[in-house]
Amino acid sequence: MKNLTNRSKIVSNKKMSFRERIYFPAILGGMRITFGHLFRRKTTVQYPEVTREFSDIYRGKHVLKRDDEGRERCTACGLCAVACPAEAITMVSAERKPGEEHLYREEKYAIVYEINMLRCIFCGDCEEACPKEAIFLTPEIVKSEYQRDRFIYGKDVLVEPADPAKRVDVSKRQTAKVLEFKKDKRYKHNK
Amino acid sequence: MKVTIDNVQVEVEDGTTILQAARKIGGKLVPPAMCYYSKLKGSGGKCRTCLVKVAQSSAKDPRPMPKLVASCSTPVQDGMVVQNLTSPEVIEARKGVVEFLLLNHPLDCPVCDQAGECDLQDLSFGYGMDETATEEDRREFPVIDIGENIKLHMNRCILCYRCVYTAGQLTDKRLHGVMYRGDVSEISTFIGNAVTNEFSGNVIDVCPVGALTDKTFRFKSRVWFLKPMNAHRECSKCAGKTAVWMFGNEIYRVTGRKDEFGEVEEFICNECRFEKKDVNDWIIEGPRHITRQSVISANHYEESKKQSVINPIEGTMEIQE
Repeated sequence: MKNLTNRSKIVSNKKMSFRERIYFPAILGGMRITFGHLFRRKTTVQYPEVTREFSDIYRGKHVLKRDDEGRERCTACGLCAVACPAEAITMVSAERKPGEEHLYREEKYAIVYEINMLRCIFCGDCEEACPKEAIFLTPEIVKSEYQRDRFIYGKDVLVEPADPAKRVDVSKRQTAKVLEFKKDKRYKHNK
Repeated sequence: MKVTIDNVQVEVEDGTTILQAARKIGGKLVPPAMCYYSKLKGSGGKCRTCLVKVAQSSAKDPRPMPKLVASCSTPVQDGMVVQNLTSPEVIEARKGVVEFLLLNHPLDCPVCDQAGECDLQDLSFGYGMDETATEEDRREFPVIDIGENIKLHMNRCILCYRCVYTAGQLTDKRLHGVMYRGDVSEISTFIGNAVTNEFSGNVIDVCPVGALTDKTFRFKSRVWFLKPMNAHRECSKCAGKTAVWMFGNEIYRVTGRKDEFGEVEEFICNECRFEKKDVNDWIIEGPRHITRQSVISANHYEESKKQSVINPIEGTMEIQE
């Protein structure tokens, strides 16, 4: 039968020599490797006292942005969910009622928006698919938890605070071309 | 009568239009149509998306037609040679048509319930440009209810008149038409009259854009999260053969069964469409076929007739029918 892979090895059960049977040279060899590592440069850092340098466009925890007037940008169009290769995003949409215009930008909004952080692979496809500049990834790390269900992040975690001082800055994630386009007042959505 | 469309020859009867002949061949060479609807008499000739080039008028008169013609309303002649995708002129003209259709069409696809199954979306994706040449604001209308279950977003309307023909032909009493002319024309129920006919819901299915949408499905879900299933039930008013759009075990909406050209096979009544949202009302036949190109096919899998098997002797993979 032809091998399906070229990485298979034939296992032999041949008798060991005297040198192999006393194990001592093998133990010494192992020790040398182990202690050798003690004197190398450390590959770990003492997190959280020390943190590594992050890229400006590091893909960490998501944020659901608000617009300049503090209204939620997300309109529950579902493009992030359909773009998501891990199927981590779910949402339920609702219609904006009269009097809620200061809360939501469009007539439709996401009443439930959940990202399963255990499923998420932080690829950033949701960010790329979003037509409303609502979802962005941030350099914030998703914290570890003891319970699996606490990894399902709802709108309470994802939506950024309405307070202008506490907003998440995502301008570094947008290319110069996008920022230039947003200045173009010919388009109604830039007005 | 022999007609050649994009180098494919087809035999059709006298009196068929170029579009119908192309549909007989099927596949990619069928011109797109936004206003023509084969089940509605008199429809077509308005949107100009189905423009084709006639390179040879007939066997007797081999001269080309001077201008591009609307294939939905031009009857074929024997020996006619038509170019659709093979003519750069047609592609260019269609690009212009898309731009005109989008002049007043808002960019609210993220909000619109039609997104994902919208003819205009497909058309602009296929032929359109990604920017506009105009600076003017688009016309705006308030959103109104047509009857209990239908919502009219006049902003999105491209004035294809399909719904007007549906109301006029399918129902005995037309309470629904187009008011005013030109740039200010709008779809309206006459003087605020609601469409109460039992088949009025079909205007939702015939609408190529999201101008007429189902109020019982409004903002419930996006079409690509749902799974379309063929279903039927005993109905005293219509044939009862529909497509139900399911999420898990719930029926989110009911529509007619649309064929490959986006036309419903049979019109369904309002009771089936708006009132029967319980799984127990329906006998579910099975999932509908969704083309690979559609966004609705995302995460929907179909059983393939082909299967790969390992040949035990050679140890190789083989594909079996």
